Amino acid sequence: MKLQINTSNVVVALVAAGLVVLPLYSQLTGNIFILTLFTRIIIFALAAASLNLIMGYGGMMSFGHAAYLGIGGYAVGILAFEGIGSGFIQWPVALVASALYALVIGALSLRTRGVYFIMITLAFAQMAYYIASGMSRYGGDDGLTIYKRSNFGGLIDLSNRVQFYYLCLGCLFGGIYLIWRIINSRFGLVVQGIRSNEQRMQAIGYHANRYRLVCFVISGTICGLAGALLANNTDFISPAGMYWTRSGELMVMVVFGGMGSLFGPVIGTIFFLLLEELLSQFTEYWALIMGPLLLLIVLFARGGIMGLLGRFNRG
Amino acid sequence: MVLVEQSLNGLQFGLLLFLLAAGLTLVFGIMDFVNLAHGSLYMMGAYFAATFTAWTGSFILGVLLALGATLLLGIVLEFVALRHLYGRDHLDQVLATFGLILFFNDAVRLIWGPAGLALPLPAWLTVPVQIIPGVYYPAYRLSIIIVALAVAALLYVVVMRTRIGMLIRAGASNREMIGALGINIKLLFTLVFGLGAALAGLAGLMQAPILTVQIGMGENILILAFVIIVIGGIGSIRGAFLAAIFVGMIDTLGRAFLPDLLRTVLSSAAASTAAPALSSMLIYLLMAIVLVVRPEGLFPAAKR
Amino acid sequence: MADPLLRVENLVRRFGGILATDNLSLDVMPGELHAIIGPNGAGKTTLISQLTGQLMPNSGTIVFGGRDVTALPSYRRSRLGLARSFQITSLLPDFTAADNVALAAQAHDGHSFRFWGNARKEKPLRDAAQAALTRVGLGARADVPVSELSHGEQRELELAVALATKPQLLLLDEPMAGLGVTESARMVALLKELRKEVTIVLVEHDMEAVFALADRITVLVYGRVIASGDPDAIRHNDEVKRAYLGDQHVVVAHG
Repeated sequence: MKLQINTSNVVVALVAAGLVVLPLYSQLTGNIFILTLFTRIIIFALAAASLNLIMGYGGMMSFGHAAYLGIGGYAVGILAFEGIGSGFIQWPVALVASALYALVIGALSLRTRGVYFIMITLAFAQMAYYIASGMSRYGGDDGLTIYKRSNFGGLIDLSNRVQFYYLCLGCLFGGIYLIWRIINSRFGLVVQGIRSNEQRMQAIGYHANRYRLVCFVISGTICGLAGALLANNTDFISPAGMYWTRSGELMVMVVFGGMGSLFGPVIGTIFFLLLEELLSQFTEYWALIMGPLLLLIVLFARGGIMGLLGRFNRG
Repeated sequence: MVLVEQSLNGLQFGLLLFLLAAGLTLVFGIMDFVNLAHGSLYMMGAYFAATFTAWTGSFILGVLLALGATLLLGIVLEFVALRHLYGRDHLDQVLATFGLILFFNDAVRLIWGPAGLALPLPAWLTVPVQIIPGVYYPAYRLSIIIVALAVAALLYVVVMRTRIGMLIRAGASNREMIGALGINIKLLFTLVFGLGAALAGLAGLMQAPILTVQIGMGENILILAFVIIVIGGIGSIRGAFLAAIFVGMIDTLGRAFLPDLLRTVLSSAAASTAAPALSSMLIYLLMAIVLVVRPEGLFPAAKR
Repeated sequence: MADPLLRVENLVRRFGGILATDNLSLDVMPGELHAIIGPNGAGKTTLISQLTGQLMPNSGTIVFGGRDVTALPSYRRSRLGLARSFQITSLLPDFTAADNVALAAQAHDGHSFRFWGNARKEKPLRDAAQAALTRVGLGARADVPVSELSHGEQRELELAVALATKPQLLLLDEPMAGLGVTESARMVALLKELRKEVTIVLVEHDMEAVFALADRITVLVYGRVIASGDPDAIRHNDEVKRAYLGDQHVVVAHG
């Protein structure tokens, strides 16, 4: 990949730089709100980036990605509740649990295509939601308060706002770097080839579903990491956080930013959550505006923000 | 006796699910359109019924007005927004109708407030009816079964025996063909969409007196309708009917009897912990099994 | 006599009430170019799809290189050395020509669960792709996206993709379809070269090409083999003449 100077790359570089210096700004102005807001944005951006891996590059429209946020979060919450506070245990468990869930759900869902796939991922995520609601020991519907954030010894203090922010940012940049390596690797090219023409890829010797499934599991695992971060951020985990509208929002973030663009989900997430923040300061009924706006964006701005920037670039 | 009653409850729930799933399948089959907002129409049906009943003081009048209102809403929705999404890919349709759900939920909150509504039944529908000697069943639930069965039969006749039905079936198997026949496709689509909306509204308003009328009521049941379509086979009304009854039965009977069943194997405490989670999982497990055994669904529509 | 590379025995495939493949048997010997001809609707593409595994037969067996492959899915057959080109061009439109071929070379290499290294910088894969592209005359078009290639170039690319899997048997489904006169001539010249290296089954409508290239010809009508033999025998076969004249479609006496 050659680095070119064009509008979208400049915007991406500016946004990335802005995210890096944001705590400084927060410190100087004493604006703590912006730091907590952007911590949240960064965590969701990681989840959206993981969804983009399967949606944008793998062509798999998963409507159940919130389940991984929940699984990653509950892994942290349940272990903390049971007295295991070490992040070195909590986080690997969060990742492994997400991966296992993705493996089972993926193996089942990938037996179908298209709309079916959307419906089935949605239905299984709803099942995960009901299971979480049924866990009465861990708060059931009311959820579970996490009294102590994951403990990483002296390495990093998650209760420190700035440290936690940079941990999240590190995970986001790390996740995007990982996805960038993957999509340019042998495996990534195969996955993108299958999205483009499955029959052709089968005919030259690729077992399409095996690659799809591995991609699905990688994506779920990364999203499980976002779930662990999110639980630490809110100090709380509840079934509501894995309700199906959350999955829908993640899809919207990906599409807002531009599917199949590496940094697009980050831009899309910033846009979506800032807009939500802005609208909700305006009116309690922010979805009255967000809903139709979504419809309009789907109808008129298909490539998302990165697509618009790209067009600006060419034109 | 409890078994009879719970089976009837299961049948009744299954029939309601069918009304919802039938609309989804019709719209998907003929227009290749995935409508997440179908659940919103179900919700609107219930809210309309509660409002109109309160206004007119008559349950029957309220219900009829609500049906008409949902039909109209469906047609307006199709005309203003959804027809621009035909022929777009399914992701676009999912996102756009997801936006509509957000819109409808907040619109309802704005108009009716965040608290739920109740739709009280007239006295003559609350009496228990003796269905077999010694077994009583609420008249209202019984009437749901009768109405839903009648609508299902009507739907069958319309789809299998009439000219419109022929077009619907032709459209489901070959979209280009109806265009070639010189049919006004736009009108046909609007009609079908309105019909689907009315079915969803009917399901919602019939469910309303049993549960509270509240925001988000359409979403959980919409996902159940998806499960039914996956199990029944996409585009197949017959499949949707059988799968809906099946799912309604399993869900209802599971919730009713699973706790007791578990108690025979597990300790009482463990059973009461596991039962709620397990019984809400049942139909998803069923879906998983169907996917493993027959990924195309149990009763797929004829191959295209 | 050597064992056939591909042996098809009593293959049957129905679509509803229609017999698309009717008790069909066929041998392809190593090194030969075996053409399959027949009027429209004779079931040629159905046969190819069953040979490659895109379509499963109702009964009968397919033996490739001494191994029964009847139940194997297409990706497994491809790994055994069976490659195909599609009648309607089937490529990865948003990839470059070189990417298309390199993915085929990578499939042949067999190690695709690698997640880290940049596959576009792997010299062996790129070299193999470049070689296959040069072989079909697309050497200079390697970095052009498929969607910007001409129809003729896409047909040649189909061939390069098939070659890059280093097949033992190449199944070509109407490689000349939609080509102009010069492009067809180039394709014939190319196939003449390729047949020296690899066994080929060629389904084709262009009779001139078929009679110029084939060692043996099998004629299908309504899913059945009505004749099989060398080009001269086929040209003078009465049943073949009748089938084609009845179809009023192509004149065999062409070549």
